[in-house]
Amino acid sequence: MDALFLNQLFNGASLASLYLLAALGLALSFGLMRVINMAHGEMLMLGGYLAWMTLLVVPGAAGIILAIPVAFVGAAAMGGLIQSTLIRRLSARPLDTLLATWGVSLILQQAARDLFGAIGVEVRAPEWLAGSFTLAGVTLPSARLFIIAIAALVLGALALLLLKSRIGLLVRAVNQDRMMASASGIDVKLVDFAVFCLGSGIAGLAGVMLALLGPVTPSVGQSYIIPAFLVVVMGGLGSIVGTTASAIILGLFAALAQIFVDVSVAQMLLLVFVILFIQVRPQGVIAVKSRQLDA
Amino acid sequence: MPDLSILSARLDPVKPVLPWLLLALGIAAPFALSAYDLNLLARFMAMGIVALGIVLIWGHGGILSLGQGVFFGLGGYAIAMHMKVADLPAGEIPDFMLWSGRESLPLWWTPFASPIFTILAILLVPALLGALFSWAVFHRRVGGTYFALITQAMALAFATLIISRQDVTGGFNGLTDFYSVFGFGLSSPGVPTGLYWVTLALLCVGFIGLRWLLASRFGMLLRAARDGENRVRFLGYSPTPFKVVAFAIAAMLAGVGGALFTLHAGVVSPALIGVVPSIEMVVWVAIGGRYSLAGAVVGALLVNLARDAVSSAFPELWLYLMGALFIFVVTLLPRGLAGLFKGKGA
Repeated sequence: MDALFLNQLFNGASLASLYLLAALGLALSFGLMRVINMAHGEMLMLGGYLAWMTLLVVPGAAGIILAIPVAFVGAAAMGGLIQSTLIRRLSARPLDTLLATWGVSLILQQAARDLFGAIGVEVRAPEWLAGSFTLAGVTLPSARLFIIAIAALVLGALALLLLKSRIGLLVRAVNQDRMMASASGIDVKLVDFAVFCLGSGIAGLAGVMLALLGPVTPSVGQSYIIPAFLVVVMGGLGSIVGTTASAIILGLFAALAQIFVDVSVAQMLLLVFVILFIQVRPQGVIAVKSRQLDA
Repeated sequence: MPDLSILSARLDPVKPVLPWLLLALGIAAPFALSAYDLNLLARFMAMGIVALGIVLIWGHGGILSLGQGVFFGLGGYAIAMHMKVADLPAGEIPDFMLWSGRESLPLWWTPFASPIFTILAILLVPALLGALFSWAVFHRRVGGTYFALITQAMALAFATLIISRQDVTGGFNGLTDFYSVFGFGLSSPGVPTGLYWVTLALLCVGFIGLRWLLASRFGMLLRAARDGENRVRFLGYSPTPFKVVAFAIAAMLAGVGGALFTLHAGVVSPALIGVVPSIEMVVWVAIGGRYSLAGAVVGALLVNLARDAVSSAFPELWLYLMGALFIFVVTLLPRGLAGLFKGKGA
């Protein structure tokens, strides 16, 4: 195994963890409501700016730890606002939701440009995240290891929430059969709202992670959101396991492709890969079995 | 929403002559407008051709494409490459290639010296790529939101690829500085007006052709597949070929629109074909009316006129305005401006 391969393998894992954090929220609400929030990338951006602002108030190592809940709550609140004012009204029209939330995305990006400037702001990672380890000739930056750990943690917490808590039970019920859940007295609208806030919150948290890697710009979300959309397309409807697997596959594919070709060709290959994947498994990596015709 | 159907009813007596009146106005425009305004109008009409295709796939086929910029770009780059190559003295290569350190013309550029090849490329490359791409997705019964997301990824990948291949595509700056097309000097007297008429004629051909297509059995099946794809299957039809053909036609119209736009604007670049421009093409149609061919053309003209007026004075205001327009039209006016005049289109 040469060092380049191992290095790209690590980069792939790092990319996968970011794709996963960006895609989890999308996949959750897509499984539940069949809608995609095109402004989800701006939740990443919002998280990044909230991290920057938190560090202005509380500098140092504590700041970055504090930034995580701040970004989560801030992005969740913004997500809740978008869901309750816009997405709820459009619930029966998924393609129109796509367009309307794209409008939100444009407004949020321009607002960030006006508020914080087009160039972006720099979040200084604390010292314990600035270093790197060397293992078998591969440099592992601490910040990227931290992000992988956070992604695993978020995934674990989400699994625990969905499988063990009462809220998770309600979410799974609505996911399986919305009509039946509603008939059994579950407030499905409230479940939709809660899941949307949760998903947006995870994106806000992902924004903090992006801030550790580079400057936060008004368009920072855009560079991760389109691969995240592909993760959702490939993951399979309403399956967190499928989303995770697909994030790992696409992250590794994107990084390993870069051994042979440059970034732009790798991006094209990623798209071709997803289209080829659809030929084999149009239902996604993991498909929840259903007898419904139009699942 | 204001109900303009009363106004529409008042207009009933004029309706039969309205298209002819508009056509006469269109033909006469060069005699009334300044060269600058005529150029602007011609550009917007080229965009109107793209909008026609979006009515076909989105309004009547229920297929949302966020990647029409790719086909627009294929048409635009094809004509731009022709104009670059055709003006060259033998053995020389375009200036941007020299600056990037290339010594010879790439092989795939050479056939664009031929006008016939170029015209065929403008028509066929977008159509074939559109057909292949949409078939790959639709025949596995993947559609709806998934399709929209995949087309957006395609727009991103295409624009990134063009930017990164500076030496053969002109990179971020795109291709510009054109002098002649098919032997006519672009700034010779009469040529801009002639090109305007060509654009108008192609817009009319596209309009009449799609009107016929949408009224035919093909159009009916396309709408049936939009409203109940599985029911169409139970009736014994496969919806896939209908959707693929519709998508290919829309791609071809986008290619033609892109080529004409490039002729009038004198430039084609990734900034005109990426993710944001692609979705802007959808907003023209959303505002004009997704079910109405006439509405979509009007939408393309109005939005671009507004864009031109607003963004030259307040560039940052335009994005807010467009975002707000998106939200407003989609939530409150899903049939667009054409919906205000009930009974049209659909």
